[in-house]
Order: sequence, then structure tokens, then C-alpha cells
Amino acid sequence: MTRITMTVDGAQVSDDVEPRMLLVQYLREKLGKTGTVIGCDTSNCGACTVHLDGRSVKSCNVLAVQADGAEVTTIEGLATDGQLHPVQEAFRECHGLQCGFCTPGMIMQSIDLLNENPHPTEEEIRLGLEGNLCRCTGYHNIVKAVQYAAREGASS
Amino acid sequence: MTAVQDAPTQEIGRDRRRKEDQRLITGRTRWTDNITLPGMLHLAMVRSPFAHARIVSIDTEAAKAATNVVTVVTGADVADEQGALPNAWPITADQVAPSHPPIAVDRVAFAGEIVAVVVARSAADARDAAELVDVEYDELPAVLDLKSAADDETLAHPDLGTNKSAYWVFDSGEAGTGGNADKAIEQARADGIVIEREYRQQRLIPAFMEPRSVVVDPTGEQITMWSATQIPHVLRFLLAAVLGIPESKLRVVAPDVGGGFGGKLQTTPEEFIAMVLARRLGKPVKYTETRSESLVSAHHGRDQWQKLTLSAEKDGTVTALKVELLADMGAYLSLLGGGIPILGAFMYNAIYKFPAYHFACQTVLTNKTWTDAYRGAGRPEATFAIERIMDELAAELGVDPLEVREKNWIRHEEFPFTTVAGLEYDSGNYEAATERAKEMFGYDELRAEQRRRRESGDPVQLGIGISTFTEMCGWAPSKLVGQLSYGAGGWDHATVRMTGTGKVEVLTGVSPHGQGHETAFSQIVADRLGVPFDDVEVLHGDTQVSARGYDTYGSRSLVVGGEAVVRAADKVVEKAKPIAAHLLEASPDDLEFSGGRFTVRGTDQGIGIAELATAVFAAHNLPAGVEATLDSDATFDPDALSFPHGTHLCAMEVDTETGSLTMRKYVCCDDIGNIINPLIVAGQVHGGLVQGIAQALWEEAVYDESGTLVSGSFVDYLLPTAADTISFEIDHTTSPSTTNTLGTKGVGEAGTIASTPAVVNAIVDAVRHLGVNDIQMPCTPERVWKAIRSGGKGGATEGAAMPHFDPSEPGSDSTEGARE
Repeated sequence: MTRITMTVDGAQVSDDVEPRMLLVQYLREKLGKTGTVIGCDTSNCGACTVHLDGRSVKSCNVLAVQADGAEVTTIEGLATDGQLHPVQEAFRECHGLQCGFCTPGMIMQSIDLLNENPHPTEEEIRLGLEGNLCRCTGYHNIVKAVQYAAREGASS
Repeated sequence: MTAVQDAPTQEIGRDRRRKEDQRLITGRTRWTDNITLPGMLHLAMVRSPFAHARIVSIDTEAAKAATNVVTVVTGADVADEQGALPNAWPITADQVAPSHPPIAVDRVAFAGEIVAVVVARSAADARDAAELVDVEYDELPAVLDLKSAADDETLAHPDLGTNKSAYWVFDSGEAGTGGNADKAIEQARADGIVIEREYRQQRLIPAFMEPRSVVVDPTGEQITMWSATQIPHVLRFLLAAVLGIPESKLRVVAPDVGGGFGGKLQTTPEEFIAMVLARRLGKPVKYTETRSESLVSAHHGRDQWQKLTLSAEKDGTVTALKVELLADMGAYLSLLGGGIPILGAFMYNAIYKFPAYHFACQTVLTNKTWTDAYRGAGRPEATFAIERIMDELAAELGVDPLEVREKNWIRHEEFPFTTVAGLEYDSGNYEAATERAKEMFGYDELRAEQRRRRESGDPVQLGIGISTFTEMCGWAPSKLVGQLSYGAGGWDHATVRMTGTGKVEVLTGVSPHGQGHETAFSQIVADRLGVPFDDVEVLHGDTQVSARGYDTYGSRSLVVGGEAVVRAADKVVEKAKPIAAHLLEASPDDLEFSGGRFTVRGTDQGIGIAELATAVFAAHNLPAGVEATLDSDATFDPDALSFPHGTHLCAMEVDTETGSLTMRKYVCCDDIGNIINPLIVAGQVHGGLVQGIAQALWEEAVYDESGTLVSGSFVDYLLPTAADTISFEIDHTTSPSTTNTLGTKGVGEAGTIASTPAVVNAIVDAVRHLGVNDIQMPCTPERVWKAIRSGGKGGATEGAAMPHFDPSEPGSDSTEGARE
């Protein structure tokens, strides 16, 4: 067991974890942050995407001990004071989700994409979301949601 | 519909943002795997690495001794209590079906089959210990190729004596719905046109994003199962029927479910095992599959060979169609099993007025993962085959493929039309949908560009693909499915409850997993009762809350479940009327109901439905003999299926030097009857399109020669990403359905059914002048390149995806490919 301490969605947490525990397992099993989900076992689907010190990571691809001392933001920490993050709002506005399972990861990745490139072209959006799989939407409305968020100035 | 039309702000037809989304975009979700219960134990499965083997021995000692392990269970341990998984659709009386124990007892029949289960205090402990279970196998010859399986050379289940499960035939001559196909084909051989083709429907994996998960809590008086399932009601019924547990002692909950696409239309070994072990141990248990387990053990879809013979007169008028299918069931008959290809039997004639039709399907057992419903289920296969061969007929005639379709399709003034397969299509307008699609597509301009590129010998050729599809959905009239030996009904149920504060609770027997029922049904009820959209709560997916229903599949939720909601809401109004009359001191005959209010005709007196609900809740002043409730139930069983249709047009660019493909444009105009929520409809169409396009271009479940699924992870099974796909242009024409008062047709599967042939037709169209008349799906660049270079003969290219572990022989060791 290794002692780790980090900030998750603004709250400081500290636990003893097995060194092999993945960050996503830590979030779900130890912290009850079940908004972040696991969709595969090969780091392909991106459903578990969170922000680690402000950049998107697939939390199945990071050990919990690697996040020691870091700041983690999950889908559950995006809305502040009951106000949705503009990208969350954009996904609802543009019907960018159906079953919603890929959505937490898709939103976290979209935010990262817009932080890096506030005014992406359609192609840049599509390439930027390549690491996140969705089986419901055919991506059409996810792309529209990111475009909508960009127009609304989500990155500012 | 009066109430709907008169309502001041009509909800039906509005692009309401979804009620479901607030939870889903903030992570406030309840997926089955999120559930944690006191004392909960975790299961890990030990699965067979062999496609076919006898289990010689299983040594569980080391696993049992491992940290935090509670027990390890083998098939032999539970042989008397685990039951056998049900096949609910025996398509023929003499269907051959192997018994399917949830945990294999003495033999495994596919790689991935469960042979032992470890129960431990954590999921990690269970998985660790599963590695310690030592199973000795005696490998048996496996039958993997569908055509060889039909020859019975090697047997998937030696004790059955054959791999052939059932042979199912429909013949229009015998059924009295048309002429004799063989005779017409013979005639055409003499003085007409006969086109013969064989098409491959590759094996696909539904690949819903949420891996399957099941939790069973046996500690209450009712045993509760939460499962990532499309079918909580069917599951409860079958758990009771198979395991002998009184149905009243079982509660099944489908909480948030992350996609299904038919893949969660199953009663699974894992669900039965969780139920059996929870009861045995008296403790809650949970099992959540890994993605790799999901790909190898959750059911697959498609996997057919389709042999078609189409005869026509010299002017292109089709005289007969004959279809001979081989369908791979995999190792066991699944819940719907052989019924899936039979769902296509009525759809090969599609939108056309064929005078004679013969359909025969041989279902076959192999040592592969079982197959069952995957989005469209039988209808995509039929649509692909007929839309591909209509293009071949056009090529033979040297006319535009739309022309040959128009020559043969049912004209709009001919509806209702009884087809050669015996179904009555209630409404449609193929001319209108096609006209609109052509306009959106810029059909004539793209044809002109295609000509220019051909003439200039451009290395990048342009192809235009057409799919004028129809399908049958809204599963289903109980009487009809009974005639097809389907083991269940097709009705659905709804309850509308008026609470004391005037809010509305709607209970529905259909069980969504991404479709947006909560939003769409709220819109329907808001119009029907004249209450605010936000005052309606739609409850579903829990047999204790919504006790009756047949769940969600076959594009049935709106056309069957939605109509049940309409009828239950109308009953609320009927019940409210005498109470309103009593309170208003008027005759019921003088009352009108509109916009949520009963008013006395010719006066300004009235009372709102919410106010009435409060009055009924108090029950201080009700008319004599009237019950103190407005709550109402309705069960709706449609008289007929619904028949959406549409015209899909796809432009593909093919690089003839490399075989690489680029989708340039995709437009569709679908007629799905009246639309409740255009935003949700668009989402269904987009997602459906990509699943169908993915069959054409990317996806295939590939097995190696020993029966291992080599595309058994998301590294290997090629799901499309945002970077692989394009944005679509969609529109609608509207011919309201006559089977339900809303005038709706199903839309969940339409995109998937329509798009696959549009894409492949476009690819073949781009290179037909190079002598190609078919490319086997998925149309990989390698296959396209090979087809172009096969000496101008075209035909199906052979070999599946690249092998995973044999770099010396790329593409040559697959079990796929047409037999010489």
C-alpha cells in the first residue's frame, strides 16, 4: 500500500492504495466518483477521460500513485454553483449524447481540445476527439456541440 | 387528436432538449457497475481459450486458497440448479438446439465460454484468483467456417449429429401471395435477364459502450437484479421460468443502460450465474465484464451467406426473386436465434412489386460466439442484398439504378399494398422521398462529375450509391408473432398517474438505453393532458415500478409503447370528465376538454386537470359511485407492423491506385411518419447511419483458424471514430402510419438498415467500369485494390482482416472468404 494525496474536484483526498490501482479505479471505488466510467481495457474508448493538472488523460492509463500531489477534475467537478460548464451545456443543446456512457469522457476531451484550440475547424474537432469512442451519435452532433461551445466561447 | 391540435403550445413536433441529459452530462448516473451494496461479493469468470474441447478436470484448490476468495464454482457444482439458457424463438418444430448451461459442465463449444466462477471480496481479488484456476482441456475439432459447417464434416456438437439447426421456407406460390419463383426464373433464362449473386454478411459485434454488468441482491423478500439490459421484463419472466423462482419473488431493474443496439437483448449466462450464486451465498454479488470479455462472449450479429437469383424481363421489370441463406448461429441458439434471419424474410422484396418470391434459410451451428439481434436484425441483410442486386440489374440493363427501382417500386397511389411476402404496407411515398434526396444530393451534378472523371481517367474515381430502403418495425402484433412461433407477445403497457399536486407520472413497459423516452413520452403526455412538459415524469426499467411490458428493441418503443401511453392518458381524461362535470355542476355532455381544462360549452366556467387531480386526491366531493383515482392503464397491441422507408444517397471517392476510400457526401430523406421530437430523430438517424456505414467499411469479427476471436479488443475491432466519419444531411417526407393514432413509424434501426448498401453500391459504382461487380464487406482499401486488379473480373475479394500473430502470411489464413 502507498499513501497518496490529491485534489479531486476541489476537495483534498488521501488514501492508502495498492500501487497497481488505476486512477479510474481510485476515482470510482475509493472516492465514489462514478460519473467517470470504464468502457474498455485497452485505452481506446476514452470514456474514463479526466483532467490531470488541467490536461486530459485517460484515467485507465494512469496509476493512482502517479496522480499523487496532482489536481484532478472529473465530470462531477465541472459545474460550479449549479451552473453547467459551457461544454456540458453545448452537449445538451446540440443533442450530443444519447445513452450518455461516453459523454463524461467526451466532454472532458472536448474541453481540453477547446482549451488548446479555441476556434477549431470541423476537421480539427474530429481529429481532436479521435481517442474517444461513441456508439450512439455517429459523432455528428458531438462535433456540432463542440462547434457550438467554441462559438459560445467555452475556452474563455 | 383534437386535444393535440387545439393545445395552445403543441409539444409534439418540438425539438425539446432531453430531460435525461442533466444527469448524464454531470456524471450523476446510475450504471449497474456503480451499484455497491453492503457485503457485496464480486465474480470473475474463467473462460475457455478453446473453441471446442472436453473439460477433463478443473483444479480450483489454489484459487480457493487465494486472498479474500469466498468460493470457486464449476459447472458440475451447480449442474442441478443453474438451468439452461432459453431460446424463445424455435423457428421450426424440428429445430435442433444444443442445451446451453450458463457454466459449461463437461464440454465447451466456443472460445470465451465460462467454465468456472470465482467469488471474492473484491473484483481485483476475484480476477487474481481466476488466474489460479487450472482447467485441463481435451481439444476437439472445431467447426468455424459457415459453409463447411453446413456440410456436417465436423460437428459443433457431436451429440446432435448435425450442425444444421433449422430450415425455414417462405414461398409466395405456396402462400398464395404470388407466383412460382422457379418458374419465372426458368422463363427469364429463355427470354429475359437472370442475375445471380452471392453476398457475404460479415460477423459484427454490437459493441455498446457500457460493458454488461449485473448485480443481484438476495437479501430482501424479493430478489433484486440490476442488469445492463434492454429487456428487464423479459429477463424477469425467463429467470422465473428457467430457474423455477416464483416471478413474484423477482424484481429486475435496468437502471441507466449505456447503449444496446440489440446486444443487450439477451438473457445471458452471466445474469443466470449471478442469480444462482447470490441465492446460494445469500449475499449480494456483482459481475462487470471487461471489454475483451464483452467482445468474445456477448452475442455477435449478422454472419450470413446470401445467394440471390433475380429474374427480369428485358425492360427491367422484375419477375421473381429467390433467396437462399446460410446463417451462423454460433455455438448455441440465443434468445432470438434463428428468428433473426427470418426477420429478413419479409423484406427482400423491399419496396418492389415482385410477382414471385422464394425464401429459404438454413441456420447452422458452429464453434463461435452465439449470434442474435444487432441493430436492424435481419432487415439490414435483406436490404443490403436487394439494393445491391437492383444495382446489378441496372448495370445489366445499362440504365441509371434509380430508373430500374422506379420501374419496380410501389407507387404512392397504390398504398395500402400487400406485398409478395404477404405484408400490407400501410403508407409510403417512394417518389417523394427519392425526389427530395436527389435534390439535396445534387444527383445530376454528381453524375456529371462522375462522367468527367471517367473520361479523363482520373485516378480518383467517383461512385454514387443508392439505397431506397423500407423496413418493418414496431415489433409487433402479438397475433403475427405467434404465427411465426415467437415465444412472446408484442403488446406494450403504460400507466398514467395523476398525483395529488397535479403532477403526472407515466409508467412505461418499454425500457430505454439512450433513446430519450423520458423526453418524447413527456411531450406526448403534455399534449394529451394539456399539462406542462416539466410536470411529466416518465418512469421505466424496473419491474416493481412498471410491472408490465416487453421492453425496447425492433424500433417498437414509440409505435407500441408510445401508443399505450396515449391510450392511458386518454383514459385519464375519460375518468376525469364525470368528476369535472360534478364539480362544475354541468352535464358531462356539455363539457369540452382542451389545453388541460374542462370547460362548459358556451360558458366561461372550467376546471384544470391538475386542480381535478387535487380534488380527487382529497375525495371530499366526488360523484356517487366514482373511484377516487384518475390513474389509468392501457395495453396496446398493434394490428400491424410499421414500415418506414427512405432514399439514401452516398458519394464515395475511390483512389484506384491505392484502394483508399473517402466518403464525400451522404444524404437521406426518410419517411418515418409523424415526428414527435426532430432532435431525437436526427440523433437516431445519424447514429444508425454510422453503424451501417461501419459494416460497409470497417467492422468485422475475425476468427483465426483455431477459433480464437482475433478482433477481440478495441485495438482490433475497428469501431469508427469522429475522425473516420463525416457530417450528414438528413430530411424527411411524411406519410403518417395508420397503425397508431400518433401516425408514427419506428426510426431506431432505419439508418443502419439503409446505409450499408448505399455505401457499397457507391464503391462498386466508382470502379464498375474497371470490371468490378462486387467487393466483400468490410470494403477495406486492400480489398478494393485487389478487386480493381483482379484481371477485370471483379467478384468478391477473399481473405479477411490482417492476421494478428502471423506477419509472414498477411490476409491468407482467415476462415473467411468465398469457397471456390
